[in-house]
Amino acid sequence: MQRRVAIIGLGYTPFRPITPDVSFKEMMFEAAQRAYEDAGVCPRKDIDAFVTCEEDFTHGRSIFNIHIPDNIGAVLKRLHTLPAESLYGLADAYMLINTGLVDVMAVESHSKASNMLTPNYLVAHAMDPVYNKPLGYNPYFIAGLEMNRYLHESGVTREQCALVSVKNRANALLNPVAAYGDRLSVDDVLESEMMFWPLSRLDMSSPADGGIVMVLASEEKARTLCKKPIWVRGVGWCSDAPSLETREWGEAVYARLAGEMAYKVAGVKNPRTEVDFAEVDDTFGYKELQHLEALKLCPPGQAGFMVEEGATQREGDFPVNVSGGSLGVGRLDEATGLQKVLEVVLQLRGEAGQRQLRDVSVGLAQSWRGVPANSGAVAILSNE
Amino acid sequence: MRKVAVVGAGMTKFMRRAQETGKELAWETAKLALDSCDLTIKDVDCVVMGTAPDAFDMVHMKSEYLGDGAGAWRKPYVRGFLGGGTGVFTACQAWYHVASGMFDVCLAVTEEKMSSCLPHPQGAFVTCWDQFTESPLGTSLLWFFAWEMNRYMNAHGITEREIAEVSVKNKKNALHHPCAQLPAEITVDDVMNSEIMAWPVKRLDVSPTSDGSVVLVFASEDFAKRITDRPVWVEGVGWCLDTMYIGQRDLYYPKYVEYAARMAYDMAGIKDPRREIDIAEPYDPFSYKELHHAEGLLLCDKGEAVKLLLNGETQRTGRQPWCPSGGALGVGNAIAATGLMKVAELFWQLRGEAGERQVPGKPRRGVAQAWGDEMQVGTVVVLGV
Repeated sequence: MQRRVAIIGLGYTPFRPITPDVSFKEMMFEAAQRAYEDAGVCPRKDIDAFVTCEEDFTHGRSIFNIHIPDNIGAVLKRLHTLPAESLYGLADAYMLINTGLVDVMAVESHSKASNMLTPNYLVAHAMDPVYNKPLGYNPYFIAGLEMNRYLHESGVTREQCALVSVKNRANALLNPVAAYGDRLSVDDVLESEMMFWPLSRLDMSSPADGGIVMVLASEEKARTLCKKPIWVRGVGWCSDAPSLETREWGEAVYARLAGEMAYKVAGVKNPRTEVDFAEVDDTFGYKELQHLEALKLCPPGQAGFMVEEGATQREGDFPVNVSGGSLGVGRLDEATGLQKVLEVVLQLRGEAGQRQLRDVSVGLAQSWRGVPANSGAVAILSNE
Repeated sequence: MRKVAVVGAGMTKFMRRAQETGKELAWETAKLALDSCDLTIKDVDCVVMGTAPDAFDMVHMKSEYLGDGAGAWRKPYVRGFLGGGTGVFTACQAWYHVASGMFDVCLAVTEEKMSSCLPHPQGAFVTCWDQFTESPLGTSLLWFFAWEMNRYMNAHGITEREIAEVSVKNKKNALHHPCAQLPAEITVDDVMNSEIMAWPVKRLDVSPTSDGSVVLVFASEDFAKRITDRPVWVEGVGWCLDTMYIGQRDLYYPKYVEYAARMAYDMAGIKDPRREIDIAEPYDPFSYKELHHAEGLLLCDKGEAVKLLLNGETQRTGRQPWCPSGGALGVGNAIAATGLMKVAELFWQLRGEAGERQVPGKPRRGVAQAWGDEMQVGTVVVLGV
């Protein structure tokens, strides 16, 4: 029997294309301080363990973990880093609290993407060093190949993918911390510069900076510390084949398996009726559709029609990426997954301001690790 | 709290492995570990990966790349990272994957490939430091160790010759380890006469860089009892990270190791580690570190470790052997893999499977420890039978 785990505190900085005024250390500090304030905890006394999700290369340092403890109040405490997507950090905290070893735990992740002058060259180092890296391509060609295959297999059209960009950027206009809110037409997206055919400039999310910290607690602690705990009902994560030569290109298998795991843990039998809204990875427009299908949030092959009919709009039957998603908020490197969780928690708490959804009790957050990876995580949250 | 056991282990020979990729190393060892307990990859519910900085082999998101080699295809898989403390932390991570109740069998894979970092992996550390206060000094990792060793010697009046005894002991212990890279019969004079790297650290005070991989199989109590009658239990885990600002720490004592050790001992119900622990594998990337860490692990008073060393209590046949495996100094220092090697050594010793290096007297409980980042993290695991 799993212990119940809740999110009891949130802290975040605004997501912006550049933040020359703060260092990553200051950003972490600010997000952490807000989260601890929100949860009403003192990190030195009340938090038993900390987990952070960051990659060395995106920070231009070796062993980035060195730089963490002082900024989030974790000196001489349990702290570890997952060089992984930040939704894995949430899953990690869920597991650690479930062991009974810790009761209150903080999860941190941030992006300082604006520090990277040549991010694509950096991502190229994630390619297989023997077979792929020597080809010397910009690694985002993989997204173009994948999109092409996905369109071919699912019958989804470029126009339907463009609608995702249009929807998410419009949603971001109501999110005061989103960086890329905009009112676009489908033609704007289709006619924007062709980057990696069939992926155009506006099909792709742009990087943003920002820090996010969350405080999680066991049920007993959550009930004493927090009036509106948001329960983590299930988590799941999965890695599919990393190599380009052996992976599935059309279906997001990692998302399907991670979803199945999370549904099992949460006891969700029919995701389409039991989940009210979702924040899924939309690094590229087609990814949102591919992930909705993999997560069984729409019937197979129907994701394109769903967005066309407006079902995934904020006012639709099944709102998706109400925050604006990565397309509207900005891609936050490792912190992307926590941004998804952040939106789900705000919605479930009823604190989403102008973009508040009505009558929602169960939300799903999903993340993908980004090019060229083939892995991701899912969390199911509820306010009951 | 759910009980978790180690049920299988595998290890490759530590050396320069130019022929294999990291994936291949991980695969080879994962296979050895699974074969050792008659399991197949189908029995594995999840995989955790420990591998130190991406800069070693210049692979960004290294765990993603290593995934299929490590047996993680279509499985829940995540990498944990604590610099040099990663290896032992991988065991902690595998423990909580199973102890959480979410998984029954977890494969803990560590892989390190340092030889691809030319001319020397030292280069992978130049971007570690704080960009304002430390990097401009043009420092190398060895300088930091030299400071710490000097401080430790000064605080307790310990000599270089005394510390050299650690190298002599560990390299000798490694003579019996089939996977060891630098086993040797050496003397204190050999250490003293070896090249000075950054005074007082000399070449033979330093562990060699290595390529290598170690894999352990962790299982829940029910599962473990079904497949083996000799499970080795994870009795305690602890990890702790100190401030990054080296100027704010007194280097004579690793407080972070003490804190981590106390977490693990509390969990294991250990009151007096000096008596209740039969073997210890403190992390020994430098000779003085074994002593420094043994003090942090509360195996002796501050400054007293060298006395236990000199009167032979820490020899393999002594009262409480330290690094019976040969440690990083003898077996090699494939960072994350060496951390897990220390946990694997406890597993083999406690099962009585350590062959020629078996510690006499049926040891029942051991502690393994690793350390890393900017000399600020302690990771500790206690195993028992």
